[in-house]
Amino acid sequence: MKIGVCLKQVPATDTRIRVNPTNTGILTDDVKWEINPYDEYALEEAIRLKQAGKGTEVVIFTLGDVASEARIRDGLARGADRAVRLDDPAFAGSDALGKARILAAALQQEGIGLVLAGRQSVDTDTGAVPAMIAELLGWRQASWVDKLVIEGETFTAHRAAGGGTREVVTGQLPAVITCDKGLNEPRYATLPGIMAAKKKPIVVKNAAALGIDAGSVGAAAALVVEEAMSLPPARPAGRILQGDAATVAAELVRLLREEAKVI
Amino acid sequence: MPTNILVFCETEGGQLRKSAFELLGKATQLAAATGGKVSAVVFGDADAASLGAWGASTVYVASGPAFGTYVAGAWVKALQAAIASSGANVVLGSASGVTREAFPRLSARIGAGLSVECTDLRAEGGAIVGRRPVYAGKALVDVKIKSAVGLYTVRPNSFTIGAAPGGSASVVALDAGITDADLDVKVVETLKPATQAVDLTEADRIVSGGRSLKSKESFDAIVRPLAKAAHATPGASRAAVDAGYAPHGDQVGQTGKVVNPSLYIALGISGAIQHLAGMRTSRVIVAINKDAEAPIFQYATYGIVGDLFEIAPALEKELTKALA
Repeated sequence: MKIGVCLKQVPATDTRIRVNPTNTGILTDDVKWEINPYDEYALEEAIRLKQAGKGTEVVIFTLGDVASEARIRDGLARGADRAVRLDDPAFAGSDALGKARILAAALQQEGIGLVLAGRQSVDTDTGAVPAMIAELLGWRQASWVDKLVIEGETFTAHRAAGGGTREVVTGQLPAVITCDKGLNEPRYATLPGIMAAKKKPIVVKNAAALGIDAGSVGAAAALVVEEAMSLPPARPAGRILQGDAATVAAELVRLLREEAKVI
Repeated sequence: MPTNILVFCETEGGQLRKSAFELLGKATQLAAATGGKVSAVVFGDADAASLGAWGASTVYVASGPAFGTYVAGAWVKALQAAIASSGANVVLGSASGVTREAFPRLSARIGAGLSVECTDLRAEGGAIVGRRPVYAGKALVDVKIKSAVGLYTVRPNSFTIGAAPGGSASVVALDAGITDADLDVKVVETLKPATQAVDLTEADRIVSGGRSLKSKESFDAIVRPLAKAAHATPGASRAAVDAGYAPHGDQVGQTGKVVNPSLYIALGISGAIQHLAGMRTSRVIVAINKDAEAPIFQYATYGIVGDLFEIAPALEKELTKALA
């Protein structure tokens, strides 16, 4: 079974976000990019499954321009076998459903039997693309998984169900699994891994190569339109309480009750 | 065109969740602005008729073995049937473990645009505008949906629950035509959390600890008792989780849980950007830290510069007294 890993590059989590002058996105000139943190769990799980004999090949799928190849190389250095990068001017401005159509076509074309993805990308934060891929391919899914077992044609996954509850779910492969923190401890690339990655193939595919109608993806096909981006309102200046522990504790409780009215 | 809204009301243990009332309140406002109607859909056993008093004119109820615990395939199919029956052009659900899977599937199945984790919805010129955080709340984006049906999930605690407007609903049994093929992913076991505290994402009060707690023992001895005294859910910074003071499920921040409580008490948390991203929408933030220069103080409603090992026990005592 071939395992596909959806990998995306996102601004590092310590990035200070600034909105561009047209309020249509962020300024990216001094952004440091990294592999989406949740995708690292997906990649690690795929590598471990292959090492355990549950997979034959680990293939990275990235929807992104040539700049994202640095992150793809990092993924190859950690142990993925090869990568497919999806790039076409027609893809620009795709909403989550458009992105899912592109990825689903590529996953199907490569004969993938299990897809691992991060639970969400920490930029757009929708977490919707993997479930959409599952629907488009008619596959099973489990999201926000922190334990995964593959036995034959069946998966068993522990998923966050909300309210602190976890559900153990089972289903048949092929499936799309989204990975949460706690699933594993992602490895770093080693020097031999980095050297080996230089020779691993990254194939670039456009809409024609994927056999998808360019009109079904991109900005024109997007059903969700982002009107304007803004920064959250600044918080009003707070108050520093002074005094010994007993005094500040009593004063704080009084303020929470009488001024803020939250207790 | 009138905005007809269908609200997916989730239940837990046969009871309607609080989020159902938050959503119905907002749906009633939005529908009223355009002369539309509000309907609701409920799975399994719950007091469906009571939703009439909260503004729903029709409540669709799906019942049967597929509607006890969550089954992705069956639930998506039933939601699809409810949309068709109600003629809704807007569907609202709470951002939850169910909707994070079911709504994207529904979106792909019926070609409906989806905006997840909204923190506000407003009517503007006959259309709905959803506002949602991106980059873990470091920025906000306003979105409109172009398709005939628009799907939205809303983060818990985004809307206050007012008084029930009153009214009655007709309850309609929903026949979604569920077959064995729809029972695609089955829940074989439910693992309840060890604590009885409300989950962080739904909590109204949170007490979080950071690396300054220095050990798991002092985290357990300081943060958890204070959380209990405040009737709050304990949380932790990434640094505290990575150091092993608290499990990853307790992590607040960009790679943990994004929270939205009325009260957030940060103990020994400096306020790294990725932590602030996860809790900055808290209504009141209390920061207790010995470093007066810590970034968390720029976000704090109330700040205390000092030793958390002295202040937290004093605060625990005062809160216990106040909330007794």
